[in-house]
Amino acid sequence: MQSITLVEAARRAALQEMRRDPSVWVLGEDVARGGLFGQYRGFLEEFGDQRVVSTPISESVIMGAGLGAALVGTRPIIEMRIFDFVMCAMDELVNQIAKVRYMFGGQAKPAVVIRMPHGIWRNSAAQHSQMLESWFTHIPGLVVAVPSSPADTAGLLVTAIRSDDPVLFFDPKNLFPLTGPVAEVIEPIPFGQARRLREGGDLTLVTWSAIVPQVEEAAALLAARGIAADVLDLRTLWPWDEAAVAASLRRTGRLLVVHEAVTTGGFGAEVVARMVELLGPGGLKAVGRLGQPRVPVPFAPPLEDALKVDTAKIVAAAEALMRR
Amino acid sequence: MTRIGDNRARLLALYTTMCRIRAFEETALAAHKAGEIPGPLHVSIGQEAVAAGICGNLRRDDRITSNHRGHGHALAKGAGVAGMMEELFGRAGGHCRGKGGSMHIADFSVGMLGANGVVAGGIPIAVGAAQGLKLMGSDAIVACFFGDGAINRGPFLEGLNWAALYRLPVLFVCEDNGVAAFTATASVTAGPGVAARAEALGVPTVSVDGNDAAAVDEAAARLVAEVRAGTGPRLLHATTYRITGHTSTDPAAWRDPAAVEAARAAEPILRLRARLLSEGVAGSTLDIIQGDALAEMAAARSSALAAPWPDPAVAWEDVQDIGAVAGEA
Ligand SMILES: Cc1ncc(C[n+]2csc(CCOP(=O)(O)OP(=O)(O)O)c2C)c(N)n1
Repeated sequence: MQSITLVEAARRAALQEMRRDPSVWVLGEDVARGGLFGQYRGFLEEFGDQRVVSTPISESVIMGAGLGAALVGTRPIIEMRIFDFVMCAMDELVNQIAKVRYMFGGQAKPAVVIRMPHGIWRNSAAQHSQMLESWFTHIPGLVVAVPSSPADTAGLLVTAIRSDDPVLFFDPKNLFPLTGPVAEVIEPIPFGQARRLREGGDLTLVTWSAIVPQVEEAAALLAARGIAADVLDLRTLWPWDEAAVAASLRRTGRLLVVHEAVTTGGFGAEVVARMVELLGPGGLKAVGRLGQPRVPVPFAPPLEDALKVDTAKIVAAAEALMRR
Repeated sequence: MTRIGDNRARLLALYTTMCRIRAFEETALAAHKAGEIPGPLHVSIGQEAVAAGICGNLRRDDRITSNHRGHGHALAKGAGVAGMMEELFGRAGGHCRGKGGSMHIADFSVGMLGANGVVAGGIPIAVGAAQGLKLMGSDAIVACFFGDGAINRGPFLEGLNWAALYRLPVLFVCEDNGVAAFTATASVTAGPGVAARAEALGVPTVSVDGNDAAAVDEAAARLVAEVRAGTGPRLLHATTYRITGHTSTDPAAWRDPAAVEAARAAEPILRLRARLLSEGVAGSTLDIIQGDALAEMAAARSSALAAPWPDPAVAWEDVQDIGAVAGEA
């Protein structure tokens, strides 16, 4: 298996699916130029400008046109360029895409993938660094994918493109250069299955997206200090693998959820709440969440560093949990 | 070019559609008043000529998007009356299985891609549907209905620019009834209005008296042909008048009664009737059309009232495939 970057893995997954299915096409700003991150490099040359459509800076219509095109039987990949710009297309996403199938009694098939590179990235400040994935788990009709490795990005993207559901695909933009093995033929990865990154019996670390490499690093440091963490990358947040987390907790009894997003109202809150419901209030010895404080992402490196989750903070939070 | 007989048949077809829309909405209003229909209704009484004139020029595989005032658009496009009436009543046999109601009527089987509860919400969907059809090599087109209130929302600018840019097969139809909910649109709209805005975005625009069914029909025939020929989008600006209030519960008492009376005299069904009479159609023929429409809708009302409610288990269905929650029923 070849080792390639995460962004190249994403490129190959979309390429494979566009070759397989002529009804798949991509629209978004600059996609005919390969996209902001090169995730569509070479697509224009291969598929032409009817299937690789560079659009005006019109997020409402990028989103809504994707829906309209799906309603007549095509399968658009809607590229939002950077996650934060989806705010300009909220009606089309939340009121239209998420609702049409239900509101019209099953007549509509909103088979779209909405790609939204998100997360903290190269000191880009408050409007280009957000992680609001938890918002979308709250909306019936939507599917939410938050991969962290090249292979997962590729496999989950293939599933997303083949699905008839609207899938929100959060590309972890800070991890685009990360390398890892990806198969020549990319097989779809089912949604709702966590990936175990490390096995251990002392505490369960639940995580996803851009912070995963630091969680792995922290788990290695914890192991050196005699703490064996069971590390689960959820990979998708709706649906999510409650069963895997619950099974791990039955062994460890200690839960730490780590995400890059703001802790308050983050998806960690849902993970903790569900585990308390499933295992009972007495079923857990210790519970914690680690995320960004409820402060916008600042620009200056020392300010950004002060707030963002990192390996040292994860180690400290895990150790504190072990003392409880 | 059309012979008089053909033209008369065309006008009679328009008259029939308009009478059916009027009868459907008057019947629905009565049912609402009687407590048979839950939730609000937005009716288009007085605006029927636009829906009839546009949709009469569309093929079955052409698509339309509509707005909150969409009964007429759906009926004119050929949506089944029973399914529409049952949807208003929230019954199992509604086009949307009772999940949408009046404001979310859709009948994909006749290309009606949905009414919309969000003003201007149909515009991006319409241009995308046109783009998808073009991508698939179809020569079907999309008609996109919206009100004058929609032209002050961003998707109007974004959508017209987009359609012109990619030369998409869209006929935009602005039904300009002069009001947006309870506000005169002119009082909140700067500049010369929809036609100038559309032209500025490169969308050729035709303005028409939207209460003159024959004029709407003629303009629509020409514009639909141009759009289908691949020359890009067009906009039809049809001026009309909403005789009733904003919703079924709005008496619209704030309007000048004299203006409402004048509008009643100039309403499109009476006008078309006068024209048909002047062309020699017998009044009894027209009475029969009207009577049939009323009878059809009265029958739909009683069937809907007798129709079964949806099984509560249906509430869990049609959400999504991946990650669907299991019903507790
Ligand atoms: C985005 C949005 N804002 C406000 C509303 C509430 N609303 C419903 S209909 C309407 C008036 C729309 O005016 P127009 O499009 O001209 O249609 P009309 O009701 O006059 O037929 C308003 C403000 C809405 N549905 N959507």
